[in-house]
Amino acid sequence: MARLKPLSKELQDWRDHIRAKAVAAGLDFFEVTYEVVDAGEVNEIAALGGFPQRYPHWRFGMEYDRLAKSYTYGLSKIYEMVINTDPCYAYLLTSNSLMEQKLVMAHVYGHSDFFKNNQFFAHTNRRMLDEMANHAVRVRLHQEKYGVDTVEEFMDACLSIDNLIDLHGAAIRRRRKESDGSEDPSKQVQKIQAKSYMDKYVNTPEYLEGQKQRIRAESEAEKRFPENPERDVLGFLLENAPLADWQQDCLSIVRHEALYFAPQGQTKIMNEGWASYWHTKLMTEGILTDAEVIDYADTHSGTTAVQPGGLNPYKLGIELFRDIEERWNKGQFGKDWEDCDDYLAKQTWDKKTLKGREKIFEVRKLYNDVTFVDTFMTEDFCRRQKLFTFAHNERSGQNEIESREFAKVKQQLLAQLTNFGQPIIEVVDANHLNRGELLLKHRHDGRDLKSDYADHTLRNLFKLWGRPVHIETALEGKSVHVGFDGKEVTKKEF
Amino acid sequence: MGEGDGRVFTMSGIKRDHSRFRDIVRGKIRENLKKFISNGEMIGRKGNDKVSIPVPQIDLPRFTFGSNQGGGVGQGEGNPGDPVPGGEPQEGDGEGKAGQNEGQHELEVEVSMEELAEMLGKELQLPNILPKGSRDVTSKSHKYTDIHTLGPQSLRHFKRTYREALKRQIASGIYDPKNPVIIPIKQDMRYRGWAETPRPQTNAVILYIMDVSGSMGDEQKEIVRTESFWLDAWLRSQYKGLTRRYIIHDATAKEVDEDTFYRVRESGGTLISSAYKLALEMLKKDYPAADWNIYVFHFSDGDNWSGEDTKVCLDLLADEMLPIVNQFAYGQVESRYGSGQFFKDLLERFNDNEKIVSSRIADREGIYESIKHFLGAGR
Repeated sequence: MARLKPLSKELQDWRDHIRAKAVAAGLDFFEVTYEVVDAGEVNEIAALGGFPQRYPHWRFGMEYDRLAKSYTYGLSKIYEMVINTDPCYAYLLTSNSLMEQKLVMAHVYGHSDFFKNNQFFAHTNRRMLDEMANHAVRVRLHQEKYGVDTVEEFMDACLSIDNLIDLHGAAIRRRRKESDGSEDPSKQVQKIQAKSYMDKYVNTPEYLEGQKQRIRAESEAEKRFPENPERDVLGFLLENAPLADWQQDCLSIVRHEALYFAPQGQTKIMNEGWASYWHTKLMTEGILTDAEVIDYADTHSGTTAVQPGGLNPYKLGIELFRDIEERWNKGQFGKDWEDCDDYLAKQTWDKKTLKGREKIFEVRKLYNDVTFVDTFMTEDFCRRQKLFTFAHNERSGQNEIESREFAKVKQQLLAQLTNFGQPIIEVVDANHLNRGELLLKHRHDGRDLKSDYADHTLRNLFKLWGRPVHIETALEGKSVHVGFDGKEVTKKEF
Repeated sequence: MGEGDGRVFTMSGIKRDHSRFRDIVRGKIRENLKKFISNGEMIGRKGNDKVSIPVPQIDLPRFTFGSNQGGGVGQGEGNPGDPVPGGEPQEGDGEGKAGQNEGQHELEVEVSMEELAEMLGKELQLPNILPKGSRDVTSKSHKYTDIHTLGPQSLRHFKRTYREALKRQIASGIYDPKNPVIIPIKQDMRYRGWAETPRPQTNAVILYIMDVSGSMGDEQKEIVRTESFWLDAWLRSQYKGLTRRYIIHDATAKEVDEDTFYRVRESGGTLISSAYKLALEMLKKDYPAADWNIYVFHFSDGDNWSGEDTKVCLDLLADEMLPIVNQFAYGQVESRYGSGQFFKDLLERFNDNEKIVSSRIADREGIYESIKHFLGAGR
């Protein structure tokens, strides 16, 4: 077991100095504890998502394999790793130069402030270190009792659907209403009170019929289970699938962790942009020595460099924050601004409102990547950043630039970001065909599911549900119903 | 294990996960995951060239979007219709991994071919090659080309002795040019001695043979190219001097240079014997088996002209090729047009022979296994 090394005196001094600057700038963060680790250790920690203890599973081994190779083949070097906890833990690579350590520390304060203040993180468990360790213990115990392969296979099935969560719901809600057999008064036609001789004029046949139909529809709805489409598929399975206790526990662990990490997936651009914005500000305003400036410029430009053809979230985030700050400083917002048609006027618009800093703090609190891009990406920004959409050309076999039109670029980006890039799938019927079969529905938005993956995922779903499972989706323009009955996958068009 | 204190991490945890992952990838455990294993690649850099590094991956199935849907958004210069600048963009981390790898920054570092070869060797667990030369000691010839200060009178070296004496006399001032009398003393005496002929550095020659008949398409050639790159890298790391020769063949064979080898677009029928005959000619002429470690790699889609020609090939292999090579490797690339018969014929005849290794390469993913197969024997 390795004890992580404490910071050297020099680093401690710099940490305090940078921390003070961060506070002075208005950042509000969970206290950060820095640990110094070497390259091997940082790869191990990173493979575990930043948490020293995770449940045993090959997926962490796979991530480690990729990171270690990436490092060995000189492709990438993690020199910063930070997690969403209180206190916040961050790992510094021992081989970093002093300049790099300073950069990382400044960057991490940005992240910590974001974790603490962005509303999408409000529900996350800040004591996740303990929780992760607890998950690890539980899964290990199950493995000891039921076998490594058995438990791992079951975990694989759970992980297979760990993107089917409801981002807005963190609690497991009770769904089934208990029935006690007595007649529910609301299920009977209520007649309007009237004197007996007035009755047939007040409670007309049409009225009575209408009431009967309404009651019938409501009964139908209640017989439907779930009553309304359920986005939290994992939660639904926890409630309703025939699982052994240990299986329930594993599924619950997978679900909790998925919900914990979900906001990070929804705010990647903003979070990285915010942290980069602050490390730039803090570093260039009194933390860098003259001697370090060149190295800093080199490193910083490396992290925000545009990868050829790809969109660098750090760069997009920081540029958008800067754009917002400038616009709100100059009053380039509001009805007058929106309505203004004069290009030149817009370019020289400067009402000296000086609300930029205030605005970006507000933005980092309230928005996620989708609303961030939707609200603040302007045509001008899009042009200055040289954004384009690209598509795969079948004939040439490569990706080619398609359009620089603002509306298209924005729409494409938003589509990619929505539901953190995952398809929207809900449970619509847990008593399908009146045989207790599970029916899911994919809310198709123009993008097909990967068909072979979907087939296998259904197989995994079957392991959890125990009875045949189905999904309604569309493939190549046709509505299709895919099902797995325990033996084979069938596809039907309808 | 220190559960209470989450900050102390258990080395054994990740090592165990890593070891389990490797076992799964090797097919030793969790066979039901085998179908989800893909041999992805990372593109590394060697100088200005891009290099492909095999990285195995297990993709758990999920409900996710098909990858060629709708493209994406990029950033940079270019007009509609232009290829996305700089090449293929990376797929996003959107598969639920986003957020796990918060705050990773990338820096590029150069890596040498030696290091790459070392990684490959480690990854595929390739044993180091035993060079042929080191086994053979008795056939050394001794020549009297050396000079010793001690020896029998019969081996006196007159000129050298004289020179030493002259040097001594000049240095001590005794020498008189008007009366040049040189009297060597004991220390001046020089004798001929024998020296071991310097053994040739362990040498290797690789002979690449590729079938370029009509049935080998661009994709097949690309597979051959990738595979030979890695075979090359590995063998070069094992031998100081490595010579490579290239033969292409359809119904006739000819030697070409490396560039042509990968680019050529012949399209005749296939007579594998033509290649084997040419290969044997080259080997006998330039690379005496005693001094050279010979490796032959033949890539084809297995569709030879006739069973008769195949018989000729097999005889050539048995009688002439196998005795002189360290290893003969046959890689059959799958092609829609090839029958793949040659592989079966080889296997039938040489099933027990250690010197022949053959493998079928179905597609890019098969390269990894094929290299392992070819180089795993450590010959």
